[in-house]
Amino acid sequence: MSFWNAVNAIWRRELAGYFATPVAYVFIVIFLLAIGSFTFYFGQFFLTGQADLSVFFGFHPWVYLFLLPAISMRLWAEESRAGTIELLMTLPVPVMAAVLGKFIAAWLFAGIALALTFPMWITVNFLGSPDNGVIFASYIGSWLMAGAYLAIGSAVSSMTNNQVIAFVVSVVVCFIFTIAGHTMVLDFFQGWAPTLLVSTISSFSFLTHFNAIMNGVIDLRDVVYFASLIGLCLFINAVVIDLKRAD
Amino acid sequence: MIIIEDLVRRFGNFTAVGGISLRVEKGEVLGFLGPNGAGKSTTMKMITGFLAPTQGRITVCGHDVVEQQLAAQAAIGYLPEGAPAYPDMTPQQFLAFIARVRGLEGDAAAKAIEAAVARTGLQSVLDQRIETLSKGFKRRVGLAQAILHDPPVLIMDEPTDGLDPNQKHAVRNLISSMAASKAIIISTHILEEVEAVCTRAIIIDKGRIVADGTPAELLAKAPSRRLDEVFRNLTTPDAEINVEART
Repeated sequence: MSFWNAVNAIWRRELAGYFATPVAYVFIVIFLLAIGSFTFYFGQFFLTGQADLSVFFGFHPWVYLFLLPAISMRLWAEESRAGTIELLMTLPVPVMAAVLGKFIAAWLFAGIALALTFPMWITVNFLGSPDNGVIFASYIGSWLMAGAYLAIGSAVSSMTNNQVIAFVVSVVVCFIFTIAGHTMVLDFFQGWAPTLLVSTISSFSFLTHFNAIMNGVIDLRDVVYFASLIGLCLFINAVVIDLKRAD
Repeated sequence: MIIIEDLVRRFGNFTAVGGISLRVEKGEVLGFLGPNGAGKSTTMKMITGFLAPTQGRITVCGHDVVEQQLAAQAAIGYLPEGAPAYPDMTPQQFLAFIARVRGLEGDAAAKAIEAAVARTGLQSVLDQRIETLSKGFKRRVGLAQAILHDPPVLIMDEPTDGLDPNQKHAVRNLISSMAASKAIIISTHILEEVEAVCTRAIIIDKGRIVADGTPAELLAKAPSRRLDEVFRNLTTPDAEINVEART
């Protein structure tokens, strides 16, 4: 049995699991409501007079910050609680295959929720003639960023069998990664800290990289940033699961 | 087929398994007896690769469980304590998932599932969600999962716990019917079960083997020729520390 055979079996099982319970539907509805109300109400989408989706995408990090940990919190904590972790870890499955399978399921699910925001795209195209290349790049960037949030949440989830703890800790860690690039934080450091430090802090932020992609250019550096963050978190995740055998 | 050499497992300062050595050959049904917390489940978790041994070596079908974990796990069918399964799946979906993870595809998978379902009598509940099933059916789903790939080694932690007398009888018949072609280890609290299905029994107390022999040999150890008297004489009452629930 190959590595990818196991990965495929696991992501399919997980993804089907989301839709077997109300979790998936509740999440998607809340996600769409949250992102819609932010865009139209707080973002004053219609008053900006611009046919683009920058207001809409601008809210994504903040919606992800609170909603994606709700998806990732159950990835490993739920297996520990239900005892199915013992089943999964005694099947001939490499730990990394299980970690990857679960992550892929969560990431695809986030992708489905994100894709269901397509009426926004139709709306701007109906109202004006936006740069669809920029919108496409922003969607890719948003999905990459969602993967980073989920990978952090997955790693945190593997460290506890309590879902509430998994949720709260994930939100805090994700918040740090998000806020690091916010102008408020950068202004605080700008006055006295060396430029190198300021740019390092800002380069660790989701906002910095996502904003870069939102400008319409999918720069390799931004992709590498999100991909390596995802890779690192999943690696930590697998190490934690492995350590539990010897604990 | 199963060789355990000087197996030790510690949880912090507590020694759950304190130096167990044994061999189980094809055709044997070995019963693990012992008070709660004696180390039965911990030993099974190490044989199946869920927990790493602190010391010692386990070989299953020639594969070292630590060094060649996946190969060893492929040769084992395991029913963990409490028969955990994914509650939101149906037995059909669950068994299909296990088949896929174990590398069975197409016709081979369909045949394996059909055979396991027939042996465990799951036909009537195949499309009901596992969380809605009775304890007896849940246990049978766990059994079906364990025997699905017709493994040469079968490890079952309390396979008849919580079943009614008819169900117990059926499970014992199932075990007996598979005994000739496999090496089987079961743990149990039910002493008559040892006489009914086991070709050999081991009594474990405080992580050590205190008796090892055929049921007849064990019975000879007490004047009354009753297994419960043998059990009481050899084991310590109130081994309360239960590390078996730890994962």
